[in-house]
Amino acid sequence: MTDRPTDPEPGPERPFGDLLDDCVHCGFCLPTCPTNVLWGQEMDSPRGRIHLMAQMHEEDVLTETAVGHFDNCLGCLACVSSCPSGVAYDALIEHTRHRVETEHRRPLGERALRATVFSLFPYRSRLRALRGPLRAYQASGASSLVRRSGLLERISPALAAMERVAPRLSAPPPPLPELVPAVGERRARVGLLVGCVQGAFFPEVNTATARVLALEGCEVVVPRSQGCCGALSGHSGRIAEAADLAKRMIEVFETRRVERIVVNSAGCGSGMKHFDRTLAEAGAGRAWTNRARALSAKVVDLTEYLVDLGPRAARHPVPLRVAYHDACHLSHGQGVTRQPRELLRRIPGLELAELPDREVCCGSAGVYNLFRPEAAEELGESKARGAASTGARLLVSGNPGCSLQIASAMERAGSPVAVTHTAQLLDASLRGLGPDPLLGRGGGSGARRL
Amino acid sequence: MATTARRTPDDLVRTPAALAALVPRLRRICGEDGVLTDLSQRRTYESDGLTRHRSTPGVVAMPTTTAQVRDVISLCAEHGVPYVPRGAGTGLSAGALPHAEGVLLVTSRMRRILEIDPENECAVVEPGVANLDITRAAEPYGYHYAPDPSSQQVCSVGGNVAENSGGAHCLKYGFTAGHVRGLEIVTPSGEVVELGGKAPGAHGYDLLGAFVGSEGTLGVATRVTVSLTRSPQRTVTLLSAFTSLDAGGEAVGAIIAAGVLPSAVEMMDALAVEAAEAAVACDYPAGAEAVLVVELDGPAAEVDAQVRRVTELCAASGSFGTRTASGAEERALIWKGRKSAFAAVGRISPAYIVQDGVVPRTALAEMLGRIASLSAESGIRVANVFHAGDGNLHPLVLFDDAEPGAAERAEEVSGAILDLCIEHGGSITGEHGVGVDKACKMPRMYDDTSLETFDLFRRAFDPEGIANPDKLLPTPRLCGERPEVRTGVHPLVASGDAEQF
Ligand SMILES: Cc1cc2nc3c(=O)[nH]c(=O)nc-3n(C[C@H](O)[C@H](O)[C@H](O)COP(=O)(O)OP(=O)(O)OC[C@H]3O[C@@H](n4cnc5c(N)ncnc54)[C@H](O)[C@@H]3O)c2cc1C
Ligand code: SF4
Ligand code: SF4
Repeated sequence: MTDRPTDPEPGPERPFGDLLDDCVHCGFCLPTCPTNVLWGQEMDSPRGRIHLMAQMHEEDVLTETAVGHFDNCLGCLACVSSCPSGVAYDALIEHTRHRVETEHRRPLGERALRATVFSLFPYRSRLRALRGPLRAYQASGASSLVRRSGLLERISPALAAMERVAPRLSAPPPPLPELVPAVGERRARVGLLVGCVQGAFFPEVNTATARVLALEGCEVVVPRSQGCCGALSGHSGRIAEAADLAKRMIEVFETRRVERIVVNSAGCGSGMKHFDRTLAEAGAGRAWTNRARALSAKVVDLTEYLVDLGPRAARHPVPLRVAYHDACHLSHGQGVTRQPRELLRRIPGLELAELPDREVCCGSAGVYNLFRPEAAEELGESKARGAASTGARLLVSGNPGCSLQIASAMERAGSPVAVTHTAQLLDASLRGLGPDPLLGRGGGSGARRL
Repeated sequence: MATTARRTPDDLVRTPAALAALVPRLRRICGEDGVLTDLSQRRTYESDGLTRHRSTPGVVAMPTTTAQVRDVISLCAEHGVPYVPRGAGTGLSAGALPHAEGVLLVTSRMRRILEIDPENECAVVEPGVANLDITRAAEPYGYHYAPDPSSQQVCSVGGNVAENSGGAHCLKYGFTAGHVRGLEIVTPSGEVVELGGKAPGAHGYDLLGAFVGSEGTLGVATRVTVSLTRSPQRTVTLLSAFTSLDAGGEAVGAIIAAGVLPSAVEMMDALAVEAAEAAVACDYPAGAEAVLVVELDGPAAEVDAQVRRVTELCAASGSFGTRTASGAEERALIWKGRKSAFAAVGRISPAYIVQDGVVPRTALAEMLGRIASLSAESGIRVANVFHAGDGNLHPLVLFDDAEPGAAERAEEVSGAILDLCIEHGGSITGEHGVGVDKACKMPRMYDDTSLETFDLFRRAFDPEGIANPDKLLPTPRLCGERPEVRTGVHPLVASGDAEQF
């Protein structure tokens, strides 16, 4: 289904030491590693981190220095794509982060920030509750004032980053019903992941996704009881939490008799495709890992699914020059790069531009921009320069976090751009809305202008 | 196999006292974050692409300018401290093997492209710039940088200069030496010297030529002026499948004999194809014992004629299928398969040795036969990837490092292959250099007088012997014992009372 070549063997059964040994030290992963691009030192490259992991593993020590370099890793998985030797860096870093979380005591300030972030992110209801204050904050105009003064930057770069990526809020669309019927003859019955960040901050992306699926003949099941998939926790080494969330998600979808589970958020998709590995890492038994594997096998990214299904609904023109950004957890995490481009190219009138250095992460990387704001900002700026050079008016990606990261950097650089999700662009084409709503003109659904 | 941090406690060296005293001065030169003393950080630099040889550098310096390089080297010269230059650390002969009592001078932060000069068809770059980045920068002007080692996306221009690196397209375009017009170097005594310049061809002794391929023993290149090559009007890549290596070899001979000059002629055997396929899904023909990748470039009409001719010649030599690719994406995939082959072998074998040797092209077929029988006799699998056009072999000797004695037997086979190269009138390295790995084999190629002359030449640049010592030329110290043992027991290694970082 993906363009990804075969992996030697699936991850969980192979011990950590074996996975480390797959690295032949060729360095092919260096040029697309964002931290290597930034700092040019071995310990902040995949090859160097793998070496540090080997030190940790073989001598059973975890030094402060090593933890710093593991924390510097964005988890973008560009190194997985570029490695000819098939090193499962995703499994390696997940295990390493788990060790760090269980064995290493971080300085107080860092601990507090982490506690805050992880008390918010996996919970859609808490994120949603945040919306009120944020909306008031933005409406009062304090937002742009605070931004201009650079006050936040001085108090706390981390809080400043949070403020910057927080999306502008508009009235949310009505919540999706539990069952969205297919338009015309039913071709499939699929589940839809709502996601915590997506559900709370970008509900219109979910609405667009459900509509596109329905227009293509899918009956869409949207279980109300679904929670967070746990990807953010898993990618941050909070394995027990991730495993609990994964189990709940498995239970919810197991009973819904869906053929596939469609995911429109890259980070969630890449996490859910590895539920089995996460549960194995957490020490869950065989039975659970088998259930997890069965569920993971059903998980597909929206674009992957639509290309497989083949188009049925008519595409209407969206005459616009558009740049597509590969969200790392879609391109590197799931090997999905061809499908979104194929879908976009099929939209009449749409002109697709490629970003330079498309393999390099934009710095958003889940919660990374909260923990390492300076690095995240520098990467965002370099991506923004690339995006500006394409002359595109609209930036599309399969992950809202990425779009916001790049768009806010472009805004700071004085070349604002509209951003949208692939699902919204398809939705606009299928419904014949034209480019205006995507560019933030004429109201309606669609993108935000930053 | 490769990333092993395993070592004896003795090897957990502290920065020797003499060197530790220099650290504050190094920090003043390179900045706080430009000097690494933390042990776990230093250890990530313990090897280049050849992980069999390992040694923890005493200290790592990461200069960003020529002036900083000059100051670091002057400091080393003043105190008689050895230094080892390192680019991207992809070398395959342990040329960048660190010195336990020395400074590892890394150019990874000197990666600015200073100038693309299409009028004079050249580019000026810092040494840490990746080979492929020159091409990326020159492409908008219709140019590229021709030498293309398989590691081109990561290896540094400085490393390429030091190793005189080659690549698939060197058959037509020549090695690095033919593309370097000028160098700014810092000599082992800390002088900044210009060799050559933008204008090609200077008179007098060819010091530029001597520096290219000197493996860091004559100084550090701090700025490199390279020639850019006009990108051809048309490029077509052919992929031809054969049922035997012999048949493939015959096709290579036929192509060259017909007076066609392809830009590249590469051959891979079934094992290498299997590895590449597993790594990058490059869609090579199934069931082939040998695959030939031939690239033709030039004016469109000429290329089209050559494609027809080469296709016929392959068929006549027994090819069971030839496919041509002229689209950029399809061609890129074919090359990705070829260029991933070394590292991809990690997928089909727990460990392996990349060998590098040269034989006259006419001896290729016989050589391959001999390698096959060596492999059969020893029970050690050998995958073959090679620049068939110029007789540069890269046998990959596969073994399981968990099996007792396997590594030694693999070493033996690998050594025997080099012996065969010499026996056939070839050489012990085509492009990966001598480094530490093959220094002790130099006497097999050169007599004492030649080696002494080399040494005199080297001493003229480096009288103190601090520039990448124990590399390139054999020394009793190096050739008497294994390098990883040496790092732990050297008398200068500070005892417990030395300051630890
Ligand atoms: C998978 C793989 C494929 C490869 N394919 C090829 C190939 O097709 N052709 C080929 O020729 N090689 C190939 N190589 C070998 C290697 O990439 C080249 O030798 C390359 O030129 C090394 O560059 P580097 O920057 O990594 O240098 P390093 O490994 O860091 O150093 C190599 C040598 O150069 C010296 N050096 C580095 N920088 C400087 C400087 N600025 N001034 C002076 N001396 C310096 C070092 O001291 C050392 O002796 C391959 C390696 C790998 C891992
Ligand atoms: S995941 Fe991304 S940041 Fe981390 S080592 Fe790999 S390429 Fe670098
Ligand atoms: S590309 Fe793969 S094998 Fe090569 S250094 Fe990176 S992780 Fe190791």
